[in-house]
Amino acid sequence: MISEIRKHPGQMAVMVLITLFLLAFLVVPVVQVVFVAFMDATTGGFTLLNFKDFFSTALFRESFWNSIYVGGMSVLLASAFAMPLAYFTSRFEFRGGVIIQGLGIIPLIMPPFVGAVAMMMIFGRNGSINLLLEEFLGINIPFMEGLNGVILVESVHYFPFILINLSAALQNIDRAMEESAQNLGCSGMRLYRRIVLPLAMPGYVAGASLVFLKVFDDLGTPLLLNVNNMLAPQAYLRIASIGINDPMGYVISVILVVIAMASMWLAFLALKGKDYATVQKGGGGLAKRRMRPIEMFFAWIIVLIIMTLVLAPHIGLSMLSLGTIWSYSVLPDAFTLDHFRAIFSETPEYMTNTVLYSALAGGIDVILGTAIAYIVLRTKLVGRQWLDYIAMSAVAIPGLVIGIGYLRTFFDVEVPGMDGQSFATWWVAIVIALAIRRLPYALRACSAALTQVSVSLEESAENLGANKLKTVYRIVIPLMAGGILAGFVTSFATAAVELGMTLMLVSKNADGPLAYGIYVYMQSAAGRGPGAALGIFAVLVVGLCTFISHVYVDRRQRALGMKRDD
Amino acid sequence: MNQNVNLAGHGSPVGVDIKGVNLSFGSTHVLKGIDLQIKPGEFFAFLGPSGCGKTTLLRLIAGFESCQSGEVLIGDRDVAHLPPWRRDVGMVFQSYALWPHMTVRRNVAFGLEERKFPRAEIGPRVEAALDLVGLLELAERRPSQLSGGQQQRVALARTIVVEPQVLLLDEPLSNLDAKLRIQMRRELRLLQRKLSLTTIFVTHDQEEANTTSDRIAVIEQGIIQQVGSPMELYDQPANLFVANFLGVANVVAGTVSQEGDGLSFRSDDGAVTVALSAAGQGPRSIVFRPQNLTIQPAGQPAPEGLTELAGKVSHMEFLGSVVRYQVTVGPHFLLVDSAHQKGVVPMEEGTDVNLFINNELVIDLPN
Ligand SMILES: Nc1ncnc2c1ncn2[C@@H]1O[C@H](COP(=O)(O)OP(=O)(O)O)[C@@H](O)[C@H]1O
Ligand SMILES: [Mg+2]
Repeated sequence: MISEIRKHPGQMAVMVLITLFLLAFLVVPVVQVVFVAFMDATTGGFTLLNFKDFFSTALFRESFWNSIYVGGMSVLLASAFAMPLAYFTSRFEFRGGVIIQGLGIIPLIMPPFVGAVAMMMIFGRNGSINLLLEEFLGINIPFMEGLNGVILVESVHYFPFILINLSAALQNIDRAMEESAQNLGCSGMRLYRRIVLPLAMPGYVAGASLVFLKVFDDLGTPLLLNVNNMLAPQAYLRIASIGINDPMGYVISVILVVIAMASMWLAFLALKGKDYATVQKGGGGLAKRRMRPIEMFFAWIIVLIIMTLVLAPHIGLSMLSLGTIWSYSVLPDAFTLDHFRAIFSETPEYMTNTVLYSALAGGIDVILGTAIAYIVLRTKLVGRQWLDYIAMSAVAIPGLVIGIGYLRTFFDVEVPGMDGQSFATWWVAIVIALAIRRLPYALRACSAALTQVSVSLEESAENLGANKLKTVYRIVIPLMAGGILAGFVTSFATAAVELGMTLMLVSKNADGPLAYGIYVYMQSAAGRGPGAALGIFAVLVVGLCTFISHVYVDRRQRALGMKRDD
Repeated sequence: MNQNVNLAGHGSPVGVDIKGVNLSFGSTHVLKGIDLQIKPGEFFAFLGPSGCGKTTLLRLIAGFESCQSGEVLIGDRDVAHLPPWRRDVGMVFQSYALWPHMTVRRNVAFGLEERKFPRAEIGPRVEAALDLVGLLELAERRPSQLSGGQQQRVALARTIVVEPQVLLLDEPLSNLDAKLRIQMRRELRLLQRKLSLTTIFVTHDQEEANTTSDRIAVIEQGIIQQVGSPMELYDQPANLFVANFLGVANVVAGTVSQEGDGLSFRSDDGAVTVALSAAGQGPRSIVFRPQNLTIQPAGQPAPEGLTELAGKVSHMEFLGSVVRYQVTVGPHFLLVDSAHQKGVVPMEEGTDVNLFINNELVIDLPN
């Protein structure tokens, strides 16, 4: 250990700094939350009483089961959307395949809460669809009543996670796997059950547990749909109304973290040791066949229905943002650009804050991500693997929990020189919290990029006279540029629309970012127009950044010969 | 390659001394007591099977590995405490390791830039190096737009442009096709002569080592088996490993004992007996090359003064210049080469034959 420090003082210093940063802004706040959940508020000793209280309160028990129910039902509904699509693209020569693949980025560019109110306008009791149904069939379907609304919004939004994982699993099955089974006399449903399903299962389970995790942690959607009897809203409401000393918020946080970890663990187990990338040289995915016209017809109908559903929040949001009054009618009364004018003239701070916070958070993330990836993959420092584990663990911590942890830990910490400003409610805390929460994504992108850089490229630079720092600067960083950019954009984009944590930490409207602004606007009927306009702005910014970076990374990889046209 | 060189070699070539080097990765002992002296200006090869530690030894010289004991001297200077970027040894990597984000020209200029050469000097030097390897026209290309052979030349140009004290080549030809390999090894040898650059060449291919190198160190399991010129290694192998690794050898195990005035070798089964001027007695093996034997159908008159062995042809291979017979002598399968001339009909499998060995050519080695 001592000799390590002497040999590589620079590397060691960087590692220590990063460790301290992660300890202060991730480990301590989260441990603090767990601590309080198990602490007797009066004596300060260990107790399970808080948990007993939790489970003996009818509202909390109901919230707990509601959250589980909503998570499970969302997975089922999302699977119902995803499976036919995955099936069509992997088994048939189907033109709609490109559209279906494009759906994969939807959960990235807009979180579900943004479209929640728009979904209400379309599918709600007095929404467009039900008005039409009543007029023509005289029925009213409760798509959005209570928990149904949360389930519909979440599954429409998150089903691409299942679609992507399942399609990837199916595409990775080599044709030879199927053909050798046929060669041995297995076909039809038996072939499906014995070969295709087992090979695709890990991908499905991984996608499904991710959906469950996202739904379980989501705070914004239930709040905006006015569904309060679920876990995340209860935690938020307890802290917001009773204060940061109420233990119930912490108990719920612990439950959220435990369930999140359990679903990540499940996804991990599903994929572990099952690297079913069985495609071999000269092979291809499963054999695809042409659809018969009648099959083609039904396939398109199904795809169009699902597409419409998926695009409903976006269509609804567009109409909300452009419509004058939209109430008890199929479409808005008239169209206007006033809402966009309003957000730019009245609350431009939501947008400027977002760009500032997300850019800073993204910047912190790629710097940390690159440094951690380098330390883990290229140095021999003791404990480097732990740095990776700690940074990655943020993936299982809901934003709400980080928010509560920051309030608890930093509320009494004053920012030096800022006259009584609490660190927890300072805008910088929001930036750091965003950075911590998005670090896993940036870190994975940076690690993947660094893995692609062969060590001999660095050694040859050292051999020709460049020292470690020079090599990092002239060889490693340029070669990682694509991955670093992708990491930055992912961090930036997801930070821009993060709500759970922001709701806890924003103390005054002037500090609020987009997600907060959307939430505040959407509270009132009059604010829906501007709120939707903010939502559209977010979708455009995020979508555009993602698209540009994608094009850039792709071009660059081709230019460097790291990726061939195929 | 272009012959108009204006790239001077290094001032005067330096030698490399490796003294008592031991190197382990965790519990795997990879280099075991390596001692080597590579002379200034020499073309030296590390030859051995894959996994024997050649690359590790090369990387130790370049500064990418550090040894637990022993020292490495480059031009009489102990380099233990020098990081790779201060060692001034040029290494050509097996994978070439060209930087994909730089053009050929930028790749080649890199080392000069790191050495803080003035701009005005970098340009002409890069041109000269590219000219030397015949790639001047491709200077603005990216590595991904070059063929394997071209990439190899760029890697070479990139290394020699900085005029290193020592040139290290790690299996530089292994990624090329057979024809290019032969051409490149000639060019390498010419270039090395021209620059009179101390060069260490790692290979597992004995033919490559023989055709390029002044001297070869044969390595097996992290131990140097023998050092010598290609011909010395072939004619006087120090042990059975070297005898088998360089060229084709017939090896017969047995015992050397006193017989009359001299010594005599007798195989364990008694099928092969040869009178020897052996170096030692007791259990030993004899080694002789296929071309050391002559083969005749049984019943023909024996040549004078040669040891005779009776056998049967069990297999025949036509190799072009020679016909290689496998002959069963007792339990042994001996290989015999017979020069081939047009019109000569080879002996068929199953033919009873006599083999003759010139005792002078038989090498005896400890088991
Ligand atoms: N970084 C390393 N860590 C552990 N073992 C290694 C490492 N590098 C090489 N080895 C081991 O050392 C031995 C020699 O490797 P190497 O020098 O690459 O052989 P060669 O170049 O002769 O094929 C091999 O058994 C290899 O597995
Ligand atoms: Mg090697």
